[in-house]
Amino acid sequence: MERKELRKEQIERISGVNVRKCMRCGKCSATCPSYDEMEYHPHEFVYMVEKGEVAKLMESDSIYKCLTCFACVERCPRDVEPAKVVEAVRLEAVRKQGMNRLKPDAIPEMWDEDLPQQAIVTAMRKYTK
Amino acid sequence: MKLAYYPGCTLRTKAKELDRYAREAAEVLGVELCEIPEWQCCGGAYTTAKDEIATKLSSVRALAASRDMGSDALVTVCSACYNVLKQTNHEVLTNADMATRANNYMKLDTPYTGETKVIHYLELLRDVVGFDKIAEKVTNPLKGKKVAAYYGCLLLRPGKVLQLDDPENPRVMEDFIRALGGEPVISPMRNECCGGYITLEDKGLAKKRSTAVTESAKSLGADVIVTACPLCLYNLTKNSATDIPTVYFTDLLAEAMGLK
Repeated sequence: MERKELRKEQIERISGVNVRKCMRCGKCSATCPSYDEMEYHPHEFVYMVEKGEVAKLMESDSIYKCLTCFACVERCPRDVEPAKVVEAVRLEAVRKQGMNRLKPDAIPEMWDEDLPQQAIVTAMRKYTK
Repeated sequence: MKLAYYPGCTLRTKAKELDRYAREAAEVLGVELCEIPEWQCCGGAYTTAKDEIATKLSSVRALAASRDMGSDALVTVCSACYNVLKQTNHEVLTNADMATRANNYMKLDTPYTGETKVIHYLELLRDVVGFDKIAEKVTNPLKGKKVAAYYGCLLLRPGKVLQLDDPENPRVMEDFIRALGGEPVISPMRNECCGGYITLEDKGLAKKRSTAVTESAKSLGADVIVTACPLCLYNLTKNSATDIPTVYFTDLLAEAMGLK
């Protein structure tokens, strides 16, 4: 099997999403609060995973712009759940040795006295393995 | 009535008043919130990855502890804890592979199979106590104060798992505000994201999202915004360019019930 096919299967297995269910309406991207900050948008994640173009997604900062707000999951008329695809691609990236996006040493600089613990633990869970 | 209670990390530190007023108000309303023993942080975000198990174990432990206490439900006040615990429980119930792996890992006396019902404090007020009963306990009504409910993401989505309310047209917080004598202001941004944890990664994005939320509430005439989430409160307060206060919903509850 080709590498691209393997990559696609890996993302489908981690996310539990069947990307072929997508009918390309674009509602996920239309409702995405991070749309303006993304190079690749939620509908492109779904489409590019279907095409096996996972490497391009893994290299893009777009994987760190998803807020996990589940707006795309809620509003997808085909129940594709794009946020789960974004999460799977991000995990593929940060699970590699040395690829942690957020390192504990960097936190004191980001910290302010009102910042809730919740922000730090959530970001660590999202950006670090 | 006694119910198991999961405060969560932030209610022990930056959001102590969210915890305190929730407990005090519950007591007056006839519900004792019994903290589960040795709980650990839920992690703040539910990992949707099917192949992750370690990030879900603290939630499974909390769910099992609630069951072992014999409680009818596990109550949370923080939106994030609610979201993570409930999504984890749903996964245990619907994914046999995940349930087996979690139980293999934890070696509980009795395997956990999804028995616990997770409820948010707002559901406790609505479904267990009843808003009519709360209205009777109001000694200091909000007297027409214009309050914009901010649900954010974590209380409502994914709707088919959480089932707290209609994810696109919720009313539980508006009904809560009415019970306290306030006037709800319905903003179209009430269920859109404040930016969440992106405040650490991209301040500009957090500011944009939070300001869109506060601006909308203010332009509709709200005096105050209420939330159940410490991170929403942080973003709407610190990352917003609009001059409108955001408080926890339990603040209003305590104020109206004369507990403050």
